[in-house]
Amino acid sequence: MPFLAWATAFLLVPAGALLIGAFRTQDGQFTTEFVKDIFKGSSLDAYQKSIEISLITAALGGALGFLIAYAALSPGAPRLLRPAFLTFSGVAANFGGVPLAFAFISTLGTVGLATRALDSMGLNPYDHGFTLFGFWGLVVTYLYFQIPLMILIIAPAIDGLKAEWREAASNLGATSTQYWRYVGIPVLLPSILGSMVLLFGGSFAAYATAYALTSGHIPLVPLKIGELVSGNVLSDPHQAYALAFGMVIVIAVAMSIYFVLDRRASRWRRAVQ
Amino acid sequence: MTKSGWFWIAVGFLYFFLPLAATAEFSLKDGDSYSLAAYREIFDDPQFRDTFFVSLKLAVVTIIVALLLFIPTVYWVHLRLPHLRPLVQFLCALPFVVPPIVLIVGLLYFWNYQRVPSSLLGSPYYLVPGYVVLAFPFMFFALDNAFRAIDVHTLTEASQSLGAGWTRTLWRVILPNISSGAIAGAFLTFALVMGEFTMASLALFNTFPTYINYIGQTKANPAAALTIISFGITWLALLGILLVGRRPGRAAVQVGGAR
Repeated sequence: MPFLAWATAFLLVPAGALLIGAFRTQDGQFTTEFVKDIFKGSSLDAYQKSIEISLITAALGGALGFLIAYAALSPGAPRLLRPAFLTFSGVAANFGGVPLAFAFISTLGTVGLATRALDSMGLNPYDHGFTLFGFWGLVVTYLYFQIPLMILIIAPAIDGLKAEWREAASNLGATSTQYWRYVGIPVLLPSILGSMVLLFGGSFAAYATAYALTSGHIPLVPLKIGELVSGNVLSDPHQAYALAFGMVIVIAVAMSIYFVLDRRASRWRRAVQ
Repeated sequence: MTKSGWFWIAVGFLYFFLPLAATAEFSLKDGDSYSLAAYREIFDDPQFRDTFFVSLKLAVVTIIVALLLFIPTVYWVHLRLPHLRPLVQFLCALPFVVPPIVLIVGLLYFWNYQRVPSSLLGSPYYLVPGYVVLAFPFMFFALDNAFRAIDVHTLTEASQSLGAGWTRTLWRVILPNISSGAIAGAFLTFALVMGEFTMASLALFNTFPTYINYIGQTKANPAAALTIISFGITWLALLGILLVGRRPGRAAVQVGGAR
């Protein structure tokens, strides 16, 4: 099959070569030095920052995305909201990279629209330690694709939440809080956590937005790899291969967690059908 | 609907539209008044036309290659080789695990000057193999959904018992029935390639997204104008999918994209 050949030549082999390259020196000797370096100094900092920002944007994006999705897609919501939110989410989730960074510079940059509006209310965020070009600025920007991504991924799970369950609960005298505590949350939790893991992966892999927004001031793993490869720093490219290898490991771990959660979530999908 | 429900809907709308409104305002700003000067500056820039056409060509080639790879593959997986489905599905989900930055570093490392003729090494078409890989999930899930909706076996048997060969069956019978999936996959791939920055930038090619970044380092208002143009492309692609009758939002098809 040509597809298998293509996948082998342009995905499996380059990824495999990278894996081997992570354990090699420039002249082909075996070494574990580069991989060990991941756990030291600036590399370790980069992984910590990358994981930190991914966890925060996954948690915030997941929570906000779920609340918005539930409000817009649950049976009580007006009909028109559903296609509107799914379409907007599709667009926003696919809108990323460099233009996203510029959109937020126009919004929350030092002279951005929102900054000026807040300033006229005496609440300039830059007077309170916020900067778009720092860690929290990046969080706010990433949320622009994390929230809609969450809406898209969680939508089927919300659709699976049967109205009968809610009715049954209230017939048995349950309050709204009790319904969420004993029915809603337990049913949805694996889906919500699983979706958050996917958001984590998306944010961990992101390069362009961070590159354009922070010009490398925040040490993130993809930015560090980019720096090493594009030759801004005189150093061994095998260092970059080791960092890339580490990224694949982190995402592979995240994906394994996703599959466990997804299996739990699918119990309810089967029960529903 | 509850009050808190409306609150969250308002939050969603605000988060979606505020950055767009701010960018639009910024792109129209001309000193103290408003004008289309920033847009004129972009459209008059020969670099804009050059890089835009490079990305356009890359998108078209990527879509053609991906369709040629995937239509027969998904067809055979549905018709004859269902036991290969887990493997194909796994390979198509892999680009989620291997980020674009890792993919391009691997491609540059393995497919270097020793293995690739220098004419291709210096041409932006060098990016196509990697872009096709990035398109795997979009194409596969879009086509897989389309094939699921038709009875592949009956259509194939009917076509062949009427004397059509494989090519004719695929071209005249199967393709018209899965065209909505093919178009959805093509539009998503289009949006992907037109916005792909990471791989182009690391491989040092000048494409539309790297041009946007370059303008962003030098001119603020034209950068905002380019952002609006880029957003418009994403809109058109997604609207295209809607028009051919495919709702965006069925989970896996939409996940990902190039950041």
